[in-house]
Amino acid sequence: MKKILVIVLVMAVFSAVARNNENAVTAGDSKNISISGAGATFPMPFYNQLISDYSTKTGTLVTYGGIGSGGGIRSLKDKVVDFGATDAFLTNTQAAELSAPIVHIPTCLGAVVLAYNLSGVTSLKLKNDVLAKIFLGEITKWNDKLIQAENPEVKLPDLNISVIYRSDGSGTTFIFSDYMSKISEKWAKTVGTGKTLKWPVGMSAKGNPGVAGTIKQTNGAFGYIGSEYAFAEKIPFVKLQNKAGNFIEPSVASVSAAAQGDIPADTRVMLTNSSDPKAYPISAFTWIILYKEQSYNDRTLQQAEETVKFLNWLIGSDAQAVAQKVDYAPLPEKAVSLAKTILKSVTYKGVPVLK
Amino acid sequence: MKSEKITKLILLIASVIILLIFSGMAWSMVKGAIPAFGKFGFFGFIFSTEWNPTEDHEVYGAMPFIAGTLITSLLALIICFPLSFSTSLFIAEYFRKKRIAVVLGTLVDLLAGVPSIVYGLWGFYTIRPLIASLGFEGQGFGIFTSGLILAIMIIPYATSISNEIISMVPNELKEAAYSLGATRLEVITSVIIPNSRSGLVAGYILALGRALGETMAVTMLIGNANIIPKGLFSPGNSMASVIANQFGEADGLKLSALIAIGLLLFAVTALVNATGKMIIRKFA
Repeated sequence: MKKILVIVLVMAVFSAVARNNENAVTAGDSKNISISGAGATFPMPFYNQLISDYSTKTGTLVTYGGIGSGGGIRSLKDKVVDFGATDAFLTNTQAAELSAPIVHIPTCLGAVVLAYNLSGVTSLKLKNDVLAKIFLGEITKWNDKLIQAENPEVKLPDLNISVIYRSDGSGTTFIFSDYMSKISEKWAKTVGTGKTLKWPVGMSAKGNPGVAGTIKQTNGAFGYIGSEYAFAEKIPFVKLQNKAGNFIEPSVASVSAAAQGDIPADTRVMLTNSSDPKAYPISAFTWIILYKEQSYNDRTLQQAEETVKFLNWLIGSDAQAVAQKVDYAPLPEKAVSLAKTILKSVTYKGVPVLK
Repeated sequence: MKSEKITKLILLIASVIILLIFSGMAWSMVKGAIPAFGKFGFFGFIFSTEWNPTEDHEVYGAMPFIAGTLITSLLALIICFPLSFSTSLFIAEYFRKKRIAVVLGTLVDLLAGVPSIVYGLWGFYTIRPLIASLGFEGQGFGIFTSGLILAIMIIPYATSISNEIISMVPNELKEAAYSLGATRLEVITSVIIPNSRSGLVAGYILALGRALGETMAVTMLIGNANIIPKGLFSPGNSMASVIANQFGEADGLKLSALIAIGLLLFAVTALVNATGKMIIRKFA
């Protein structure tokens, strides 16, 4: 009996040693370095495009898992990824829950659109108070006179409004509810802002793709999704009224306009309900987050360098030019220079990684 | 002698591992659930209908999900019963050992192997629009659609078990009834059903146990609204599906509440399965 135990132990030790050797080999080989990230689904189409471009160009393997902003933050907290991605910046309290300081790198601008499915209707305008009333459950029919009043030329059906929201924790929900809290006192008081909420009406689906799919499949549906999902699935969306009172369609120009105001040095700012007269009101930055000090968990210097190099490329002009192609707005000049400064502050054992 | 000892040892290790896994799972779930039960109270958590994850207003109660799970599963059982019972009579009695019964039996077994997500997709793209066209609330999402899909998913289980039980009824009893001039229907009602009743009940309880824990197909069809369903066509949510939807970004109290729901689901399915097994043992 003892013999068997010894044999098993020896085998275990051998396999562990073998495993270690394998690791040593891959870490030393620069071609096989791989970076992993996870988080928001909102910018995922943008990241996927960039990652494939980057891998072709440099041979560095980058993987990104669209698991939601909350999941991205937790993955970074658990140190299972090189970077996380989130549409809701971490507040000071949230950041303090992580074991070490992190930095926020904005990567692009996106819009949250209010998408609908009404057969025969292709253009719709909504005032803010009407939007709030729909999501609070006070307006339940598409042919409600408040909706009709703004859209005299549209023939609205006598159909229930099926509100669709996100069932999982989501930065998209955070951006949308942040806007709703700004335009409706009642919303701020009864529902509030957050990645998951207690919704007064409606039903939900998982992820941006899930909500987009459900809206597309459901006559009378109305919900919020990342704009690129609406573009990709060809789902119509409403023109919203911005702070200046103009009805604005989400576009690269109107989303960029929302970022013309002041941006703080750490880039943590919500751009919703911008006062710019040309701005689409539900526009937002999306961020990548990473640890400021990269030498945690036995990470190699090379791993840190490759991570920062990738992020530096992400905010550079080559990558930003891709943004428009996948229906996001590129970062304004000001945000790019702030992001570069932040990236330069990332260190490995106290030495800046990016020279 | 030596090989005898080794065999014993290997068997012992394997069973201890299984035992460790089971108790480790139970322990970590209880541990994870304690904060939620501590904050809202054990019964407070179970019976509260409020589920509010908004920061600073966090309140969690399991009732909407318990209700959603129980209602969809019972509905599934009600829909499943006439279909699967007739099918098993067809396979195991009327056309016993005929080619058509063999083919049908194989098909039913095949259905049991179809992954949940496939039923979900079919439900989402085919069944849901059909129900939506009836014009009820919820656009085809909700309790009824989920129950219907669940019923289709558990039919193979219920049918397979019923087949076995019905074909186990001794031929001598049936022949005796026939020789007394009983018709086929009389044989079914006065010989087959009384003799296989407990086994059938157990079969349906096991099928119910499967419906309770079913996740993916339900998530796709139930509407995921965290409320007590207001009617047969109202959206709702189930215990398994709220966990699948929300565990990703949950932390702190919310994570604990989700684990507590998991623990309740674990307890309910274990109880249902144990009841089924007990009935089989008692009467078989």
